Amino acid sequence: MKFKLKVWRQKDPKTKGKLVTYEASDVSPNTSFLEMLDAVNERLVLGGEEPIAFDSDCREGICGTCSLTINGEAHGPDHPGAACELYMRRFKDGATIVVEPFRAKPFPLIKDLVVDRRALDRIVQAGGFVAARAGSAPEANSTPIPKQNADRAMEAAACIGCGACAAACPNASAMLFTAAKVSHLAFLPQGQPERTRRVLKMVTAMDGEGFGNCTNTYECEAVCPAKISASLIAKLNREYAVASLRQEAGD
Amino acid sequence: MIVAVTGVVLIAFVIGHLLGNLQIFLGPDWVNSYAEHLRALGPLLWIIRAFLLVNLLVHIFFTISLAIENRRARPVHYTKKDYVKATFASRSMALSGLIVLAFILYHLAHFTVRVTDPRFLLLKADPLNRYDVYSMMVYGFQNPYASAFYVIGLFLLTLHLTHGTSSFFQSLGLNDQKLTPRLAAAGRILAWLIFVGYTSIPVAVLLHLLKPAQQL
Repeated sequence: MKFKLKVWRQKDPKTKGKLVTYEASDVSPNTSFLEMLDAVNERLVLGGEEPIAFDSDCREGICGTCSLTINGEAHGPDHPGAACELYMRRFKDGATIVVEPFRAKPFPLIKDLVVDRRALDRIVQAGGFVAARAGSAPEANSTPIPKQNADRAMEAAACIGCGACAAACPNASAMLFTAAKVSHLAFLPQGQPERTRRVLKMVTAMDGEGFGNCTNTYECEAVCPAKISASLIAKLNREYAVASLRQEAGD
Repeated sequence: MIVAVTGVVLIAFVIGHLLGNLQIFLGPDWVNSYAEHLRALGPLLWIIRAFLLVNLLVHIFFTISLAIENRRARPVHYTKKDYVKATFASRSMALSGLIVLAFILYHLAHFTVRVTDPRFLLLKADPLNRYDVYSMMVYGFQNPYASAFYVIGLFLLTLHLTHGTSSFFQSLGLNDQKLTPRLAAAGRILAWLIFVGYTSIPVAVLLHLLKPAQQL
């Protein structure tokens, strides 16, 4: 297969970036998108040019490191799935593909397609510790958890923290990410002691990072590679409202 | 959340106002007495009007400040952006809202303050000595430009409400995975019912199904 790539190139945060056109030829349909970029890079290096910088790590959709906006969609057209799980057979032969970084103010660009997503780590850090008994593993039945709650906590915990939600959101809001992180612990008995404090601090941190506000367009859940449901945002809104009331009441 | 709560109040008003207006199809006596009852509320009417006005201003103030924050959250725009799920309506709430605001101002000038149509000054009281709201509405909508602007204004209001009616459940945390799609569908149906209900009046007037109760 053959493709025309328009890739965002930007030397550093201060330089002005632009889309540069590259040709990718002799691409097997079963090549992953990132492998295709690797091949383009090898050719660039051989030609003495600077390779395209992009993030990747596990390349099996579980680490959340890849962060490409492909043809205007976070992680490309194959939802749900991370950019590393996208295969070239998904595109038409000879297609033009636009590749841009995740764009949001709290994700400052480092180089080309690499952005700094530590803002998400800081939101998680703001949540603080979880009071759990250290030492040997507790007896399995000492803390009963309803199956339904365990399932929902697991669904929320599936978030790989890639930031596609904020990248795709028309308002660059990180509500889905924060919702997943808050709900994950709120569903479980282990998360109860710090429940009120956690949601208030995490939402404050999220706003402080400069993310936009949620206007319920649900674009986030459509691009999420971990299939996090936007209903968790409603859960976050509930958690936040209850926590604010409890704080007001001096609880 | 403030936007959601004020939005609910405004939706309630839009529905109430529609039910009031649809009485035009029951004849001059119904609408004129309905309008007379409203005016007879006296100070209470002004309290309701002030409440709605404050509601509207709060709704607009907070949405605009949120919209500005949202713009700032993405200083560098995408060269190419495709939306998978976000609807046009959900992405243009600020724009549709501002056009609806322009429509509301015109609507108030047209039928409440009555400064845009000189013919309204010639209207006589109805046989029971009440203001002839029925004929005012019919004469008002006989102007095709005025009617066209109403239909456009209502279309944008409908666009605004197709998103707004279900969005507030999410903002207030009053839904879950099962309920969300159902509420979205119900909200769209409600928004389009409101559109059909309101536009039926100018359409009926232009088709001469409704005739003025008095000649000028």
